[in-house]
Amino acid sequence: MITWIAIGVTAVGCYLVKLLGLSVPAGVLERPLVRRLAALLPVALLAALTAQQTFGDGPHLVLDARAAGLGAAALALVLRAPFLVVVAVAVAVTAGVRAL
Amino acid sequence: MRDVPEQIETRTDPVALPADPAVVRDALGVGVAVGLSGFAFGVTSAGAGLGLLQTCALSLLVFTGASQFALVGALAAGGNPFTAAAGAFFLGVRNAFYGLRLSGLLGLPRAVRPLAAHWVIDETSAVALAQPDRRTARLGFTVTGLTLYVLWNLTTLLGVLGASALGDTDAWGLDAAGPAVFLALLAPMLSGTVERAVAALGVLLVLLSQPVLPAGVPVLVAALAAPVVLTVRGRVSRTTEPGERR
Repeated sequence: MITWIAIGVTAVGCYLVKLLGLSVPAGVLERPLVRRLAALLPVALLAALTAQQTFGDGPHLVLDARAAGLGAAALALVLRAPFLVVVAVAVAVTAGVRAL
Repeated sequence: MRDVPEQIETRTDPVALPADPAVVRDALGVGVAVGLSGFAFGVTSAGAGLGLLQTCALSLLVFTGASQFALVGALAAGGNPFTAAAGAFFLGVRNAFYGLRLSGLLGLPRAVRPLAAHWVIDETSAVALAQPDRRTARLGFTVTGLTLYVLWNLTTLLGVLGASALGDTDAWGLDAAGPAVFLALLAPMLSGTVERAVAALGVLLVLLSQPVLPAGVPVLVAALAAPVVLTVRGRVSRTTEPGERR
């Protein structure tokens, strides 16, 4: 039951913020500062999520096989590999390092 | 109204206007790659003790990967439902900012908005915002959203069913899929000095706050990188000409 409450609250909350973003009046978007901020926020969040999911282990920071996988993914990106290849390389290298 | 965000106007793509097949191909690439990682979510969620219905409900109704991972992680760690949901919600707040950028670009009719809103996530935003005009942005958004939604939910189901068969999913390196996806989405956005500074500060902030703040909050702290860099960069962008306002 507790799990269902969490699922319900998360589903409603996450949907409402998505709808809110799309529904903000166009006038707000035309303010230069807001436009610049809205363009840069995804950059900050995606960078943070990448770092968090690579080095985070609950509240702790760790350096493990995921870092090697992400390094390989970064290299694949530099070599202009397609999206699926980038993800596959990260998964394969991480699994490989753990198997060593 | 300006349809095309500033960042895209200044980008120097070799092909100025991508043809529809190119947009569809890019959208399918992202949709399939990320959609398949629903398998990792299904496995993780089942491993965290959630049931088949609960896991599938999350993918169907929440449909924003990071929030889903955050929620099952918090529940597995024994968090109460509201703390767990708060962490997931904080992670989902970024979708509001994607929507803020998308609404002008897509120019959706009012009736379509509540439906389209459910698909406003990292991947659909990245594909749509990379397009130079409204028509290709709509195409990219729709193809990515549809592909991802169908595959993400299908592979979530398969993940739950396959969780027991797979054993230790970390041994398969599936926990590296998430960060690799985020990195692949981020890379094309790092076109300028300001973007790189924001990304670097975001990484620094999240790593510093991760050990001391509750789950979900460090990512929000990292979001402060955007206003901080803009402020530090100078007050030029803050002094808008009065005549420009409507």
